[in-house]
Amino acid sequence: MLLNVENLNIDIATPNGSLAAVQDVSFRVSKGETLCIVGESGCGKSITALSLLGLLPKVAKRTARQMTFDGLDMQSMSKAELRALRGDRLSMIFQEPMTALNPLHTVGRQLSDVYRAHRKASRREAKERAIYLLKQVGISNAAQRLNQYPHELSGGLRQRVVIAMALMCEPELIVADEPTTALDVTIQAELLRLLIDLQKSFGMGMILITHDLGLVSRIADRVIVMYAGQVVEAAPAAELFTKPSHPYTRALLGSVPDPSYPRMKPLPSIPGTVPSLVSRMEGCHFFDRCPLACDACRQPIQLATIDKDHEARCIRVGKGEIRRKVVA
Amino acid sequence: MLSYAVRRIAMACLLTLFVSFIAYSLIFAAGDPAAALAGNASTAADADRLRQLYGFDRPIIVQYLHWLSGVLRGDLGTSLYFDQPVATLLLERFTTTARLGFFGLVLALVIAVPLGVVAGRWPNSMVDRLALLLAVVGQAMPSFWFALLLMILFSVKLSILPASGTASWQSFVMPTIVLGYFSMPAIMRLTRSGMISALESDYIRTARAMGLSEARVLFDYALRNAALPIISLSSAQFGFMLAGSVVVESVFAIHGAGSLAWESISRADLPTVQALVLCFSLFYVFFTMVADMLNAMLDPRMRSK
Repeated sequence: MLLNVENLNIDIATPNGSLAAVQDVSFRVSKGETLCIVGESGCGKSITALSLLGLLPKVAKRTARQMTFDGLDMQSMSKAELRALRGDRLSMIFQEPMTALNPLHTVGRQLSDVYRAHRKASRREAKERAIYLLKQVGISNAAQRLNQYPHELSGGLRQRVVIAMALMCEPELIVADEPTTALDVTIQAELLRLLIDLQKSFGMGMILITHDLGLVSRIADRVIVMYAGQVVEAAPAAELFTKPSHPYTRALLGSVPDPSYPRMKPLPSIPGTVPSLVSRMEGCHFFDRCPLACDACRQPIQLATIDKDHEARCIRVGKGEIRRKVVA
Repeated sequence: MLSYAVRRIAMACLLTLFVSFIAYSLIFAAGDPAAALAGNASTAADADRLRQLYGFDRPIIVQYLHWLSGVLRGDLGTSLYFDQPVATLLLERFTTTARLGFFGLVLALVIAVPLGVVAGRWPNSMVDRLALLLAVVGQAMPSFWFALLLMILFSVKLSILPASGTASWQSFVMPTIVLGYFSMPAIMRLTRSGMISALESDYIRTARAMGLSEARVLFDYALRNAALPIISLSSAQFGFMLAGSVVVESVFAIHGAGSLAWESISRADLPTVQALVLCFSLFYVFFTMVADMLNAMLDPRMRSK
């Protein structure tokens, strides 16, 4: 077990009181495994990712029953211990390649800085390592690219540099927060393929945050679906797509555009928006948007086990009712 | 970088030429220089004689070109009041003022930048609040009053520093403190806000996610980005200091460029005034150019524009 997170809670202090951005989220990632976290914008995916690296903004407070990386307790780590871990054994790729790199340093300098922060290496060795990584992420004439500044590169190239940076020290676990969302569609597929190939060749565990369900179905080993700060369903990928149990998961799967869909019919969507978390909700968070909501859903609802490794947060789980009603 | 520098220097030269012409013309727009020179008790004939003597009757453009050719040969004319070459006069006065301005700016930077970095890294901390207090006091307190307070303390009560003059290095201590404290608040606040916005940026988050040390994040990644406007402001402040502070120079009885400007304007010493205006604008243009080049050395995006 590489990463084990149990009952992660993140509260954000706002002028209107504390906001429970993430509530009792648990997940595990093994060596070489891919975990996908899916959900709409604002459901707490990104802040969960940041909390893993201890990069939460000051207003956010993290608590967890357990949080271990390769058996090390991440909650009791000092700042220095955590810093030694970050970028070395545990690394992250961010969403926005246009601003993720320092505009005043060359690509080579930024890559070398990461390597030299964790390894006793000469400038020359760090430079060679940087060239090697740039080649790995598919950048041609890598040696010349080292002397270029971020503003001289396209978005796709910058994101390749960001990926190279995250892989400089061969991390065991990489957290990728919507790594291709900001890029052109044509480049997205290419970069994702690259990322997945690199994951295999480096043998890394990966947490991929995305809302591209098509992608999830192809690469994920395990999926957790988040809604308004909670895990609403967690399952092995194959099972999630064949037996989705939570009404939100079903609605999400129903919103994926299918090319054979009739042209003039409006695209399916989930009515309403993700609720604001300022007022703590008692019952099911999906209540307002759920076609199956009833009075019983106003109670606090626990994750219920459906099958081995398959859980959902819905009162109807296991009763066989959901499938019939949603399909009908 | 080289082509940027060449372009920037060419632009600075053109700008200086333009400013010098405007400045030269403006002096004539302020009234009849011959009448001003002749004084209140003079007749029209006296003014006429002066007008012919100094060539004020010729068209401005001719006078300007004549003056400009002198300037290019290093001849700034002769002071009408001090009766010595303006160039000699200026060199002597600017040496004093430049020394004062340099130490003043260094003092301001040495205090403002570290304080701004700490205040920006830990906003609303104790240090941040104290720094704000120091800045507000510095900005609100008139220089002459602060100068007098220092004099009372160090010259009158403690008798450890001379109250006026430029005889020894000790004479420069108090004027330096007054000038430095005057320009410190703006630099400090700019450093603070620059650090805050840099530390909030995505590339700092990336740097932290990659496990770079806090010192590297703070000084190499954040401060470097925050330094760009600090450099621009400091250069402008230095240009301002070279123009001499009339207040500080008169309180401490320092014969610098500021007091020279004041004296020559009140005595209608035209060649001196014109040379001073030319020098002031030259300094501004020069230091703005230096700031731009320093910024271009730090920021590759400026070089490619």
